[in-house]
Amino acid sequence: MLNLVWPIFIIISIIYACLFGTLPKVNDSIFDTIESTMSLLFTLAGTMCFWSGIMNVLEKTDFFLKMRKKISKVIKIIFRDIENDSKESEFISLNILSNLLGLGNAATPMGIKAMDAMDEKNKNKNYMTKDMMMFILINTASIQIIPTTVIAIRASLGSKNPSGMIFHIWIVSIVVFISVILLGKTFFKKEDN
Amino acid sequence: MISTVMSASVPLMIFFIVSISFKEKKKTFENFLEGAKSSISILLEIFPTLIGLFVAINMLRVSGVLNFIVNIFMPVFAFIGVPGEILPMAILRPISGSSTVAVATELMKQYGVDSYIGLIISTIMGSTETTLYTVSVYTRGKNYKNIGRVITVALIGDILGILLSVKLWNIMS
Repeated sequence: MLNLVWPIFIIISIIYACLFGTLPKVNDSIFDTIESTMSLLFTLAGTMCFWSGIMNVLEKTDFFLKMRKKISKVIKIIFRDIENDSKESEFISLNILSNLLGLGNAATPMGIKAMDAMDEKNKNKNYMTKDMMMFILINTASIQIIPTTVIAIRASLGSKNPSGMIFHIWIVSIVVFISVILLGKTFFKKEDN
Repeated sequence: MISTVMSASVPLMIFFIVSISFKEKKKTFENFLEGAKSSISILLEIFPTLIGLFVAINMLRVSGVLNFIVNIFMPVFAFIGVPGEILPMAILRPISGSSTVAVATELMKQYGVDSYIGLIISTIMGSTETTLYTVSVYTRGKNYKNIGRVITVALIGDILGILLSVKLWNIMS
């Protein structure tokens, strides 16, 4: 995707700049951007480091294990054909919990394993099962308890209250999540299996 | 009152996590370090993407292209009550996570991180996901024939998230 978007951005910008006389500005912006990106990265590094640490503390607790078991019950509501003690169920719950806790990098490998496990039981490999489609959907609807990236960026930009929009994010996330699940439930057909 | 609760939520979350770990007699600090270290490699991985995209997107902005596009769509967005300033962000959000970070940062710098626009952008960023990227990672390039349906529903979710973020700040700012 970016192989297409990135060159188009640059080509269009330079042509437009030539036509409308903004080329000197474009020239300056290249060097300014590199410099400001470096300073942003230093702040981002600190915040990301701290939050990844905190999330790992939670991951290692017994409390987290119990949460995982509760989540597997919720899984039953969204995914009809997933059995409780199956591989799929385990990977799906790990993926959902990692997402909730903002551990995106833990969520992705677990999610891919879950998709593989579900595809193994899929009868027609040309189509995803309804459960597989629902699983991708819940991963495109972001639900996080602490939206770490935004807070990090806001902090690096000198916000007075970096986590000030956290309630708004929760409300929007939950409404979008529920709407998308309901849409998927009605829009995705069982015959796709 | 609301702002007090909001600024308390993050420290409380940390308190909650750390005290559970402490109560369970886990190696809390060791676990913290392990997680913290793992973030460094992620950061190194996204660093080149950030540099590349920041430069390209700033070229787009400084040259005047972005303004040109925004001006075209402004009336449509104004009609449904969405400020045109967030348009660059809304367009990039489903395509690329790192360019969303780049654009969001630029916009927050431009309009102020705690301004109405800054807060809407923060809300959109925290409540939506890089849809097309997620779908392509999870299907891993396999050509499922019903992939379009997933993308359609997920994009409807993104649009809903953007509209809702704006409406919520209109009500609750």
